[in-house]
Amino acid sequence: MRVTTSTAKQPVEVIKDASMVKQKEMMAAHFDRLTNAKENGDKVASTFVPGNLNELLMCFDLVNNLPEVNAIQSGLRRKSGGFVMEAEKSGHSEDVCTYVKSDIGMMAKGNIGPNGKELPSPDVLLLSYTGCFTFLKWFELLREQYKCETIFLQTPYMADGKVTPNMIQYMVKQLKEDVIPKLEKVSGVKFDIDRLREYLRKSAKAEDDLVYILQSGKHKRSPIDAYFGGIYYIGPIFGAFRGTDDAIEYYKFLRQEVDQRIAAGLGPVTPEGPMGEEKYRLVVEGPPNYTNFRQFWKMFYDEGATVVASSYTKVGGTYDFGFRHDPDRPLETLAEYCLGVYTNRSLPMRIDMLVDYINEYQADGLLINSIKSCNSFSAGQLLMMREVEKRTGKPAAFIETDLVDPRYFSAANVKNRLESYFQMIEQKRSGKGVAA
Amino acid sequence: MRTFVGIDLGSTTTKAVLMDENEKVIGRGITNSRSNYATAVKVVTQEAAVDARFTLFRREVGDEEGNSAEVEEFLKDLERSFRLEQFLEQLDDLEKTCIEQIVGERFAKVEEGVKQALVETFVRLRKEAAALFAPGVVRKSDFFRDIAGSRYLAIAEDVARDAGLAYDLLLNVYDKSIIAVENRPPSGSLSDKFHAALKRISQESGGVDPLMEQAVKTALDIELEETYLVGTGYGRVTLPFSKEHIRSEILCHGLGAHMMYPQTRTVLDIGGQDTKGIQVDPAGIVENFQMNDRCAAGCGRYLGYIADEMNMGLHELGPLAMKSEKPARINSTCTVFAGAELRDRLALGEAREDILAGLHRAIILRAMSIISRSGGIADEFTFTGGVAKNQAAVRELKKLVFENYGEVTINIDPDSIYTGALGGAEFARRAAEGRVEGIEA
Repeated sequence: MRVTTSTAKQPVEVIKDASMVKQKEMMAAHFDRLTNAKENGDKVASTFVPGNLNELLMCFDLVNNLPEVNAIQSGLRRKSGGFVMEAEKSGHSEDVCTYVKSDIGMMAKGNIGPNGKELPSPDVLLLSYTGCFTFLKWFELLREQYKCETIFLQTPYMADGKVTPNMIQYMVKQLKEDVIPKLEKVSGVKFDIDRLREYLRKSAKAEDDLVYILQSGKHKRSPIDAYFGGIYYIGPIFGAFRGTDDAIEYYKFLRQEVDQRIAAGLGPVTPEGPMGEEKYRLVVEGPPNYTNFRQFWKMFYDEGATVVASSYTKVGGTYDFGFRHDPDRPLETLAEYCLGVYTNRSLPMRIDMLVDYINEYQADGLLINSIKSCNSFSAGQLLMMREVEKRTGKPAAFIETDLVDPRYFSAANVKNRLESYFQMIEQKRSGKGVAA
Repeated sequence: MRTFVGIDLGSTTTKAVLMDENEKVIGRGITNSRSNYATAVKVVTQEAAVDARFTLFRREVGDEEGNSAEVEEFLKDLERSFRLEQFLEQLDDLEKTCIEQIVGERFAKVEEGVKQALVETFVRLRKEAAALFAPGVVRKSDFFRDIAGSRYLAIAEDVARDAGLAYDLLLNVYDKSIIAVENRPPSGSLSDKFHAALKRISQESGGVDPLMEQAVKTALDIELEETYLVGTGYGRVTLPFSKEHIRSEILCHGLGAHMMYPQTRTVLDIGGQDTKGIQVDPAGIVENFQMNDRCAAGCGRYLGYIADEMNMGLHELGPLAMKSEKPARINSTCTVFAGAELRDRLALGEAREDILAGLHRAIILRAMSIISRSGGIADEFTFTGGVAKNQAAVRELKKLVFENYGEVTINIDPDSIYTGALGGAEFARRAAEGRVEGIEA
C-alpha cells in the first residue's frame, strides 16, 4: 500500500505493509480512547513496556498508557528534541534517560499526544518491572506530578541465570497482597480471575503467531527485518493490545503476509518498497534510534543488510524459550513474564541468546547499537560483543546512538561504521585464505 | 604501464598513492582538502603522478633506492625547476583571472590603470619567481596560495603606490581570483613542464649529462595508465565514484598498515577528525574496530586549535612539549573548550611546555581507551595518521603502551599519513586482478 506524506521539501512516497496500516489504525483508536478517557469515564493506568501487565489492567477496565511509547511517538514525529530540551530547562541533567526527558518535556508542554489531543492524567502508576532503576525514578517524578496511587511490583533480577520457585512465589504474593487490592481500590472493579484467564488465553494465541513471525527470519532470504520491521511487529504485543482480539487479528494478518513473502521468496518491505538482494544477515543488540529512524533503516537496506534477529524485540518479554501466557496459572504466568524481560536477564544469558541467534538464524555477525542514555541495555555490551565474537567466530561491530535525543545521532559517523562493518563482513567472506 | 590509485579524502588533507603492478609504491601526493574534494582529488592525483615520474627516472638510471648522490642532486634540481614551471603556469592563470575581475562600477574610471598595474605586478612576480625556487631556498609552504599570495600583496602595494592607485583595488581582484585559481587544478601538460624544466637546468648549469637527460626523456615517455582507482576517507561519499571504487577508511587503514608492517595486528590511526583503533588478522583483514563517536575530542584537529591558540605552527607543538619535565594533568580533550582550558592553565602560571605535554598525554589517553574498546593492543602495533608525526604524542603513546601492555613492537612509518591511501591502492590493484574484497562484486 502506498501512503503519500508531505514534508516541507517535497512529497515523499512511503510504502507500507498492509499490516502496518492496520496497526496504525489500532494505535490511532488507542490514542483516541486514551485522550477521551475522562470524557468517557475511563480510568487510566500508566505503566512501562517491559513486563507490562496489560491483561491484569484490562481486568479492572483500566486504559493502558505507556510513557515510553509516547516518547517513541514523539521521537518518530521529531518532537522529542524540543521536549528533551524542555526537561533540561527544568533541571534534568544531560545524562538522564531521554525517554524520561521526552516525557517530562511533553508534560511541560501540555502533554499533547500523537493525535493532537491532551493525554489524560493517570489514576494509577503501575511499575511492574524494576530491573531498570530509571523506571523507579521516572515514576517518582510522575507521582510527584500526579499525586496518584503508585503500585510497585518488584521483579527479582535473574542474576543466577534462572527463575526459581521462590522468585515466582515472591511476585505472586505481591500481586495478591498489594497489586490487585490497590487496582481494585483505584478502579472500583472487583478482580475476576476468570476474566484474567480469558485475556491470557488470547495473549497466548497472538504470541504463537508473533513467535512464528519473528522466527521467520531463519529463512534464507528472510521475509522480515527483525529490527526495523520488528519494532512495528512488537507494538501490539508489548503495548496495550496483548490479550485482545485486535492483537490476535493483527498477528494472524501479519503471519499471512509473512507466509506470502516466504512463498514468493521475497524479503522485507522497507519504506521504499520491497527490499533488494539480501547481502548481509545481521543480529542486532540494543534499541534503535527513533529520531532518525527512517534514515537509520535506509543505511541498512541500501546496503542489502537485513536484520534477521534482534534482542530489542524481546524487550517486553521473551518467548524464545517457549514461554506463553498460561491461563491455567494466571498469577504465576504474569510473574514469569515479568522475569523473562530481556534486560532482566543476566549478561551470560544475553550472550547465550545472541550466540544462538547468530547460529540459528545463520547470521553474518552481531551489530550492537549502544544507546547513550540507556544503562539497562548498554552496560556490559562491549563485553558481550567480545564473547559473542569469540564463540561464533563471526565479526561484530559497535555503533552509538540514542533513543529519542536527536543530538546523539551523528549520521556520517554511524554510516561510516556501518559501511565499514559491511565491507568487513564481505572482506572476511572473500579474503579467507588469501594471503596479501 | 598499469597503475593503481588509492585516494584518502581526509577532513584536513587528501592523499594519493600510485602503485605499480608489483605492489611497489611509485608516487605519493598530498594536498589540503579545501572543502572541495573534487579538486583535491585532481590535484593529489597529479601530484602522485609527478612523484611517480621521479621514481621512474630513478629506475631508468638504476638507482631506485636513491643511493647515488649525483642522481639525487640532479633530481633535486629537476624538481625545483619543475615546481617553478608549475608556479609560473599558475601565475599566468592568476593574472588572467584577476584581469577578468576588473569589471563593474568600482573600476569604471580606473579600468585601464588597474589593468596596467596588474600586468606590472605579474611581470615583477615572474621576475623574482626563479629566486623563490633557487637551490637552498626554504619555502614556508608548498601551496601556491601561500607562496604567490604573500609576494603579490607586497609587490602590488608598491605598484599601486607608484601608479597612484588605491591598493585595495588590486587586493579586491586578487581576493576574488585566488580561490578560483586554487580550485582549478593545474591544466597544462606535465610532460611539457618537465621538458621545460630540463631545458632550464641545462641553461643554468651549461648542459646536462646526456645519459641523465635521456633517462628523463625515456621515463617521461612511459605512459601511466590509471587501471583502477579506489577512494576512501570521509569525503568519499561526495565523489562521483561508483560503489566498487569506494572502500571504508577502516579497511584501507588496516590493509595499509599491514602492507607497511606485515606483522601488524593492532592499528591506531589519529586523523584530523577521528581516532580509530583497528584489529587486523595476519592477512590485513579487519577483525574489529572502534572509533570516536560524534565528538572529535582528542583528534588531530584538537592540536590544530591548540596551535592556533598558542600562535604556533602545528609542527612546533611536539618539540615544545618534549621540553617538559613536569607535564600538567589534563583530562579534558574537548576541542571546543581547548582554548579555555589552555588560557586557564596559562593564567595559573603553568609553563607552556608542561601544558602541551599534558595535552598530548590526554590525547593519547583517549586513544588508549578507544584501542582497549577495540580489543587492546597485540604485537605488532602500528601507529598512523598525522599525529604519528608528533614526537610528544609518540613519547606518551610508548609510555602508556608499555604500562598497559608491556613490551610491544611499535611501528611508525615516516609516510604513515599515506596509510589509508596505500590500502586503497592495494584494494585497487586487487580489484583489477578480480579479487574483490570489502564490496559486492
